[in-house]
Amino acid sequence: MNLSSLVVPLLMAFVALFGMGKRVDVYSTLTHGAEEGIGVLLRIIPALVGLLTAVSMFRASGAMEWLSGFCAPLLELLGIPPETTPLMLIRPVSGSGAMAVASDLMATYGPDSYEGRVAAVMLGSTETTFYTIAVYFGSAGIHRTRHTVPAALAADLMGFFASALAVRLFFGA
Amino acid sequence: MAMAWIWTGMVVLSLIFGVLSGNLNAVASAAMAGAQSAIDLSVSMAGMLCLWSGIMEVMNVCGLSHGLARAFRPLLRRLLPNASRDEETLAVVSANVSANLLGLGNAATPLGIRAARRMARGCEGVASDELCLLVVLNTASIQLLPTTIASVRAAAGCQTPFDILPAVWFASVLSVAAGLLTARLLSHWGRGRL
Repeated sequence: MNLSSLVVPLLMAFVALFGMGKRVDVYSTLTHGAEEGIGVLLRIIPALVGLLTAVSMFRASGAMEWLSGFCAPLLELLGIPPETTPLMLIRPVSGSGAMAVASDLMATYGPDSYEGRVAAVMLGSTETTFYTIAVYFGSAGIHRTRHTVPAALAADLMGFFASALAVRLFFGA
Repeated sequence: MAMAWIWTGMVVLSLIFGVLSGNLNAVASAAMAGAQSAIDLSVSMAGMLCLWSGIMEVMNVCGLSHGLARAFRPLLRRLLPNASRDEETLAVVSANVSANLLGLGNAATPLGIRAARRMARGCEGVASDELCLLVVLNTASIQLLPTTIASVRAAAGCQTPFDILPAVWFASVLSVAAGLLTARLLSHWGRGRL
């Protein structure tokens, strides 16, 4: 038995029991939340259509391979699979773009391959950096962001490096 | 606008590479297949995405995120000592952090913005060290259950989409630490130069 198989049912049971203990109508809250999930999905579908089209063309033309090959020497030194180059480039700029590239990587190499796992962990351990900075400072009326951008990008770079390291540590590739 | 440039760049580069390598047929059919695969992906991840939105909503309504926020207060008080002097700001920041931990993106952003606004008062458009830290914390991912990624993995045919959890936690912790450390170092270095 995989220990992660325990996480999902255990969490569901815990949340349900905890909610019942607090006298929350667990079931209708669940369905209400699921309805919001549909809304989230509807909002990202147009972006996914645009981006997966571009990503598929990019891969079929051979440009993806060229880009990965271009960055390969440096990335191999850091232990990062060069196939994830497009993902690392688009991650700080666009959330749905990163999702499109990651799902393309998983479809190409398989979700349980080294490349597929690293892509998933990268997606899970980093955020849409530039979007977040723009939204926060924009609405707070800040125009001098000082060291925010370099620090946030340092976090992203460390996230990418650590993702490859973590997959090698936990899955051995 | 950034996305417009990226999208245009990808399509134009695909055309150029397709012509040069003689793969133009493949590029043309990839355009059609890519659009369809977006719908396939959305449909195959829809179930899991909705289920987890539902579970997250239950967590939120029954006060789990509230409890989590309270647990994080002491840590945030140390990380943002100036902002924490204002109880209201501390409350909003800890709610923001706990929403991020639970992956409630829709709830986290408005809370974070409210905190940023409060912390930006009286600093005339220049970000303070602590405001930089708050934004860096929000540009790093500290999600405990990356449910969207698990849905994408499941859509790709993965049987155990959550088996990456320890790897995600490991990478997230290192990433957040690197961001906070860099912010600290750069703020000291910047002050040294002034």
